[in-house]
Amino acid sequence: MPIQYYIYFCLTLFSIGVIGVLTRRNAIIVFMCIELMLNAVNLLLVAFSKMHHGAALASNAATTAGIDGQLFVFFIMVVAAAEVSVGLAIIVMMYRNTHSVDINFLNRLKN
Amino acid sequence: MNVVQILFFILSALAIFGSIMVLLSKNPVHSVLWLITVFFAISGHYILLNAQFLAIVNLIVYAGAIMVLFLFVIMLMNLNADAEPRKHLWMKLAGIISGGCFLMVLVSLIRQTTELTGKTALMKEGNIGLIKNLGKALFNDYVVPFEISSVLFLSAMVGAVVIGKKD
Repeated sequence: MPIQYYIYFCLTLFSIGVIGVLTRRNAIIVFMCIELMLNAVNLLLVAFSKMHHGAALASNAATTAGIDGQLFVFFIMVVAAAEVSVGLAIIVMMYRNTHSVDINFLNRLKN
Repeated sequence: MNVVQILFFILSALAIFGSIMVLLSKNPVHSVLWLITVFFAISGHYILLNAQFLAIVNLIVYAGAIMVLFLFVIMLMNLNADAEPRKHLWMKLAGIISGGCFLMVLVSLIRQTTELTGKTALMKEGNIGLIKNLGKALFNDYVVPFEISSVLFLSAMVGAVVIGKKD
């Protein structure tokens, strides 16, 4: 599969995530759009890793070139899980204080 | 057009449709369910690229743990559809236009690059995505980041408990 198809697909997913962050006001939906952008980047990293591996496989049959990209994806997933737990705790705390999940309540980071 | 290409286009269409429905759904629970669909489609892409470990981890961590956490928080808050505040139409239009301009600039940039012509991603071959090779690389070359990420998890856990605690 040509790498351009993967790039266009991941760019589309990333842009949909950007549009969601810009247009929605529910903090949980904004958070889900951030997860969508992270996943688009993950898929593109794996596609580039396989592209690099396929190029290196032609000269050396036992190469592991491109494995770093997949490990980066693994670490991105780890960081995303930690980020989600802290972020949802912040959203719950904000809901407890303001009884709303509107992100416009957060524009001053005070009160 | 072989099976891999057909599967690629079906999974891409499913993912894009699901992500659009995440934005368009009024009910946050429906958004979460569409996002799970997107994650399943992305896991299918990983399987097509023979990254089997990442496909399973994506399903377990994202579609399993994180989305259950989202659903739990949404149901804890008892949000209903008409309680969500609406943005002004002009703000929505500005967001859509700026996001579309972002997409257009990047796509035209990719179309102009000459380095990418003829490059292909290796489909359903190559064994770097298998758990044996990934484990070897993880515990030989990436031991220190692995341990640091465990410390990160510990601090995130403590932080979530402290933030989420009452007063």
